[in-house]
Amino acid sequence: MSSIPSDLKYLDSHEWARLESDGTVTVGISDHAQGSLGDLVFVEVPEVGKTLAKGGAAAVVESVKAASDVYSPISGEVIAANEALGASPELVNQDPYGAGWLFKVKPSNAGELEQLLDAPAYEKVVEAAH
Amino acid sequence: MGLKTPLYETHVAAGARLVDFGGWDMPVNYGSQIEEHHAVRRDAGMFDVSHMLSVDVTGARARDYLRHLLANDVAKLKESGKALYSCMLNERGGVLDDLIVYFINDEWFRVVVNAGTRDKDIAWLKSHAGAFGVDIKPRTDLAMIAVQGPNARAKAGTLIGEHAAAALALKHFSGRELGPYFIARTGYTGEDGWEIMLPVDAAAKFWADLKAAGVAQCGLGARDTLRLEAGMNLYGNDMDENVSPLESGLTWTVAFDPPERDFVGRAALETLRKNGIPRKLVGLVLEDRGVLRGHQKVVAPGIGEGELTSGTFSPTLERSIGFARVPAATGEQVQVDIRGKLLAARVVKYPFVRNGKALI
Repeated sequence: MSSIPSDLKYLDSHEWARLESDGTVTVGISDHAQGSLGDLVFVEVPEVGKTLAKGGAAAVVESVKAASDVYSPISGEVIAANEALGASPELVNQDPYGAGWLFKVKPSNAGELEQLLDAPAYEKVVEAAH
Repeated sequence: MGLKTPLYETHVAAGARLVDFGGWDMPVNYGSQIEEHHAVRRDAGMFDVSHMLSVDVTGARARDYLRHLLANDVAKLKESGKALYSCMLNERGGVLDDLIVYFINDEWFRVVVNAGTRDKDIAWLKSHAGAFGVDIKPRTDLAMIAVQGPNARAKAGTLIGEHAAAALALKHFSGRELGPYFIARTGYTGEDGWEIMLPVDAAAKFWADLKAAGVAQCGLGARDTLRLEAGMNLYGNDMDENVSPLESGLTWTVAFDPPERDFVGRAALETLRKNGIPRKLVGLVLEDRGVLRGHQKVVAPGIGEGELTSGTFSPTLERSIGFARVPAATGEQVQVDIRGKLLAARVVKYPFVRNGKALI
């Protein structure tokens, strides 16, 4: 069974969002997502300064098998991208909720976080996928 | 629900991730696809290829029949057990399938065809059989396991008892019936190894014994990255019924000599050669970061456009490689459209990797 931390919010397309103490939001893909994709070999993160819309394509993760879009769980401006993934995309497989984060957003509407799935609701999405 | 090989339950029990491949439920990996790839390049790995079909062609005119049906010439096969890679063409010169044919004796050849085309192939083979009085027998009673890698033959050889010496003596691209097995020194990875046909009900135990002997189980995901590194075409991706072998990097498999041999598709290929072959299949290495994939657009500046037929990340080279069908005049530098960006790629000779070594 894949890990689903209870302190994060989720999209049903398998992205997670974490509200940091400074009000920014860190985004990545779930353990279930990295397991389904298999070994990642390339990650394209958004450019810092880019404006994202909630649910819009924001990044691309590519496994040996295929390329998959990553959608932003929240609207706002990209304030950081995980540049370490350029040389080490496997960090997403090894530590999807930690060193494998994708980008950070300064939200334009923090209330959007409340519209995301909590861990029990996301767990149901993952179970339904099996 | 798709078709299942005799090893389906084995794959499920091993925790394989299963996907549809040509109508079959097949393992794509058992964990890390990249580790499975490296196991074959560095040691030994095995693949369930029972979805492919062996077909026995028997009869006094078996050789004449195959000389008519195949673009390569089975007259080249003189020693029992020798194998030949060939395309089977339609009258338009399009590729119905690519296959391996083994010469067993003058009245018995064995043909191994792809999973996704097997029904079509059998119908085609049978439709031409009458004129030559040959019998076409699909060997659905046989499973097939490929063991591949520098240590594959040594490890698998420990499991076949009295037959080991004869199997280890097989030359490259030759096969032989040995007791319950038909063992061939062939494969689809660019490494040494065997493809072993055996009775369906013996497959699960043989697989388990191979695993115990230290042969890593590998899925179709690793099989695809291995064959692409090895510069081998995949039917349905790199060629199909609507494209000739001359535009698929397979000219070397078409035997135009002797000129009087009248094989199916010959007239169409001769016309194509006379009028000029407009496209060619090339190997590509992506110079920028990213991953080549099938169907991406290729731009040859000042010449024209083409398309990726296969692409992947090469675990051995740690960069992206692929095949593309491009205008014949394409030079060394091209660009590939990846999500709207034109990235630089270089045309290279393939194979990209052979016997564990990078060639580019």
